Amino acid sequence: MPTVAPLDLDGYCVAARFVSGIPTFAMADGTVHRLYHGHKTVAAHDGLLVATLTGDAKALLTGGEDGKVSRISATGEIETLAEIGRKWIGQIASGPQGVIGFSSGRTAYVRLADGTLKEIACERTVEGIAFAPKGLRVALARYNGVTLVWAGMDSKPAELEWKGSHTGITFSPDGKYLVTTMQEQALHGWRMSDLHDMRMSGYPAKVKSLSWSFKGKWLASSGAPAAIVWPFVGKDGPMGKPPLELGTRGDALVTVVACHPAQDVVAIGFNDGMILAARMEDGKEVLLRRPGKGALSSLDWSRDGHQLVFGSEAGDCGVVDITA
Amino acid sequence: MSDAATQSVPNPATSTDAKPIPVTVLTGYLGAGKTTLLNRILSENHGQKYAVIVNEFGEIGIDNDLIVESDEEIYEMNNGCVCCTVRGDLIRVVEGLMRRPGRFDAIIVETTGLADPAPVAQTFFMDEDVRSKTQLDAVVALVDAKHLPLRLKDSREAEDQIAFADVVILNKTDLVDEAELRKIEATVRAINPSARIHRAERAKIDVTQVLNRAAFDLQRALESDPHFLDQKDHDHDHDHVCGPDCDHDHHDHAHHDHDHHGHEHHGHDHHGHDHHHHGEASDIHDATVQSVSLRAGSMDPKKFFPWIEKITQMDGPNILRLKGIIAFEGDEDRYVIQGIHMLIEGDHQRAWKDGEKRESRIVFIGRELDREKLERTFLACQAG
Repeated sequence: MPTVAPLDLDGYCVAARFVSGIPTFAMADGTVHRLYHGHKTVAAHDGLLVATLTGDAKALLTGGEDGKVSRISATGEIETLAEIGRKWIGQIASGPQGVIGFSSGRTAYVRLADGTLKEIACERTVEGIAFAPKGLRVALARYNGVTLVWAGMDSKPAELEWKGSHTGITFSPDGKYLVTTMQEQALHGWRMSDLHDMRMSGYPAKVKSLSWSFKGKWLASSGAPAAIVWPFVGKDGPMGKPPLELGTRGDALVTVVACHPAQDVVAIGFNDGMILAARMEDGKEVLLRRPGKGALSSLDWSRDGHQLVFGSEAGDCGVVDITA
Repeated sequence: MSDAATQSVPNPATSTDAKPIPVTVLTGYLGAGKTTLLNRILSENHGQKYAVIVNEFGEIGIDNDLIVESDEEIYEMNNGCVCCTVRGDLIRVVEGLMRRPGRFDAIIVETTGLADPAPVAQTFFMDEDVRSKTQLDAVVALVDAKHLPLRLKDSREAEDQIAFADVVILNKTDLVDEAELRKIEATVRAINPSARIHRAERAKIDVTQVLNRAAFDLQRALESDPHFLDQKDHDHDHDHVCGPDCDHDHHDHAHHDHDHHGHEHHGHDHHGHDHHHHGEASDIHDATVQSVSLRAGSMDPKKFFPWIEKITQMDGPNILRLKGIIAFEGDEDRYVIQGIHMLIEGDHQRAWKDGEKRESRIVFIGRELDREKLERTFLACQAG
């Protein structure tokens, strides 16, 4: 039976992650909490808007209402990586080779490992940033499509057009597919080899969370009463295939998903705080956490897949140990 | 995906959340005084805290952490409807603000001078996340009394802003004389018969007249406005002299007998139709926006709902706003309805009071409205 170690914090949890194996919680009020020999807190921003792990999972990258982008180490040291003034940092993403991407309004920034900052002016607000797994190619989700830029070069960006507002973006782990979330309660995908379009629709709510399975065979998504898990095998990806619906509940909505690092299993967080784990192979479910105070806003597995860290909109966070 | 995914899902975690945060949309042409008004709202001691979303930090001199700069991003919803537009940037900013709701009591959205208010307003209806946490309170238009005639000649946006407003603040009244002011008020009234008009100098206005109006709250909107659609009253405003600081509600005319024939002692012939007031303001009102106000008896819901659906589907792009109070045959409660372009929402509001005339009233504000068709088809929805 899994055990839950709760951590009750104030406010909205933007990101719950394992940083060098240490459960770390980035809260909207700008505080970052770590569970390492007790509960440690640092104040990173006046208002924290976005957070993600660095590529090596050894630090947390954060962006705030204060226009700052920071790196917070596993030991809680804060390093300011960039300051762009009073505007909000809207997006943040980490790429290969220590590269970081972030955005504010219609400007995207790519910061190379040596600290060089490259500015990319866009015609539309940058709504999502993702790096291709190889090379320094960054994809920017925007209204009516995606802009692809080689961050190291001054070549002309490639534009992928699809009508509607694209609000989030992710590359498959092998780089073969690019998938966006849309305001219109759908996903859109492109097969990178030929830019073939893929439309994945039918969600009753906006999709806010996407997670690729460890080998990239599945893409799990939120936005429905079940985790909607699309197959990305074969040359056509999900085209013409129905998705799996895992952990279906009649009275709740999935708000966040996180695929296990070594098995085809997805952790599913609901809007009432419940967490289930479900296996892609047979749909078998396990209850990991009973409903809590608020909608789950973030979930992440430890590298070994033994623990799950979670945060909610109401601040009831914690760690689930599935080996106990 | 299965059929289940197309149904709406109950949201137990958010449905119990605190009451929605009111949002005021502030429009007005460049130079109308929006920044002055914002500075006034932010600096006056009224015990309320506001988060303000602006297009540019610009001139706002008040030190307030909760002024957020946001690039206006108009998104057409990919649903085949050209007027279904939202402000994409607002969705993000409101989502961010609402993660720390304890910091403010209300949100004010300042739009650029040339902005169309519809996408801003529609954002608060069309985006489920925004809608679940906020409530559009009112659209407020600031109008430069001196320059309005010129603005109306050269810009469609200035007219749209007035047409869309729940509250119009006629600013810079010290720059024009009383006769001009009355003419301008009549012009505003001709474009938008249901807005409240306030006069101001240097945007000096009691903020309670601007904020927390609940103009989009079906339960409160028309309740706080008992003379909704009694346009004949407005026509008589010219025998009332407003001082420059007069904040009186122009709806609150002393004569508000629900029987419109009761007004004939004024010597005017306004049988419940509002198209007369175009005459008064026509020399400065190069109107493309018009309003059509209709009255009828009790309605048959089986006729009314298909009618309003069809009208808003067909004429939605031309309908900027609609508001109505509907009496349904055999229904003890008033039904209130409002719309922006193709978006409509309605609800039972309260029981009809004893002695209250059970009639149906509706106003359309828009362009190229076919008055004859609207009236004929509206009347055809009557019961019996």
